Amino acid sequence: MSVDVAGILQSIRAALPAAIVAMRTNPGPSNQHSLLVGNGALVEVLRFLRDRLEFDFLSNVSGVDWPDPKKADTIAVFGEGEETAPENGFLEVVYHLYSTSRRIGPLVVRARTADRGGNAKVPSVVSVYRSAEFQEREVFDLFGVVFTDHPDLRRILMWDEFADHPMRKDYVAPDDYEYEPTPHDAVLEKARRHYPAQS
Amino acid sequence: MAIDHQLAAELKSQGVHVTSFEQLINWGRSSSLWPLQFGLACCAIEMIAATMAKYDMARFGAEVFRPSPRQADLMIVAGTVTKKMAPQVVRLYNQMAEPKYVIAMGACAISGGPFKDGYNVLKGIDRFIPVDVVIPGCPPRPEALLEGLMTLRDKIAREKLMGEHRARHADPNGAASFPVPEYGPHDLEPAANRQIWNPQPLVREEGGGE
Repeated sequence: MSVDVAGILQSIRAALPAAIVAMRTNPGPSNQHSLLVGNGALVEVLRFLRDRLEFDFLSNVSGVDWPDPKKADTIAVFGEGEETAPENGFLEVVYHLYSTSRRIGPLVVRARTADRGGNAKVPSVVSVYRSAEFQEREVFDLFGVVFTDHPDLRRILMWDEFADHPMRKDYVAPDDYEYEPTPHDAVLEKARRHYPAQS
Repeated sequence: MAIDHQLAAELKSQGVHVTSFEQLINWGRSSSLWPLQFGLACCAIEMIAATMAKYDMARFGAEVFRPSPRQADLMIVAGTVTKKMAPQVVRLYNQMAEPKYVIAMGACAISGGPFKDGYNVLKGIDRFIPVDVVIPGCPPRPEALLEGLMTLRDKIAREKLMGEHRARHADPNGAASFPVPEYGPHDLEPAANRQIWNPQPLVREEGGGE
């Protein structure tokens, strides 16, 4: 069952007047609108959603890389102007909340980092949803979002010595396509670097 | 010393079996291959199916999957080898006692398979350990694994234990273990063991993918 995002936004604003929360409409067929929450109030907003609106299940935490914020704005239409997209690109963390008791969901909550470098930080929501622990580790591993106050922020998929964040758009994968007897498509493009065309 | 096959056949009809020490050892080795019990992905399910009643790998003496590398002769690399898993696979191989053999089962173990384009997938376990038999397929059917096992048995039966062309495990200078790759900041280091993995450079024509 779909969620009344506008109604939820109103109740958040009534309960937490200091929180920066905006609704982002999604004009696509799914009509799945989302809440964009400022980092300062993210934990309070999620706690309010869990305790008061019975969103008792954090299904998914995922990351999105927006190296070009203009592209992000074409998708996430800014409505009420509380927060603007950082200029040099940013990372976004998307939370999918469900309510098993009210049988509604998903409620999409999004948070943004200030940039893609040293300030790529979002507060951890492990204190509200314990299930976020491993999922935040995965977002940290693959996107490089640092979750402040996370109890155990380590890589979970790649090895600890790994330095890159593979799901970022500007990630360059190691080139180990030296021997490709039958390449095609993407692998063919990579194999071509190793086999200069015969004259 | 080579056996005169005609004479051996004649003696056999009289109830006298003539063989060589080499043949006897190879027969014993090929008839009781104990695989290492580990699977990496969906190929392992087919490997399990091959040991069960319908395909019954026990017919070929290879049903005793050992949970310890110290007791195993055969490593069936069944599934996708991620770069995170590759050092552990090499380490398990190093811990196996000689003589030891490797079957690369399925497209992933051979080359990375459908996940070849991924940053995290090793493009073939033969980059780090010597592979005796490769079984293509995604995943190979249990019959294909049995065929691979028969191929390995044939290979073992033909092994030389002495002389210039003797098997690696019979050669005092042959390597018994191979370097375990380290986790690097971007990739495994080294990305391949060039001592054993040195494919011929391929030359291709402009624009062609063949």
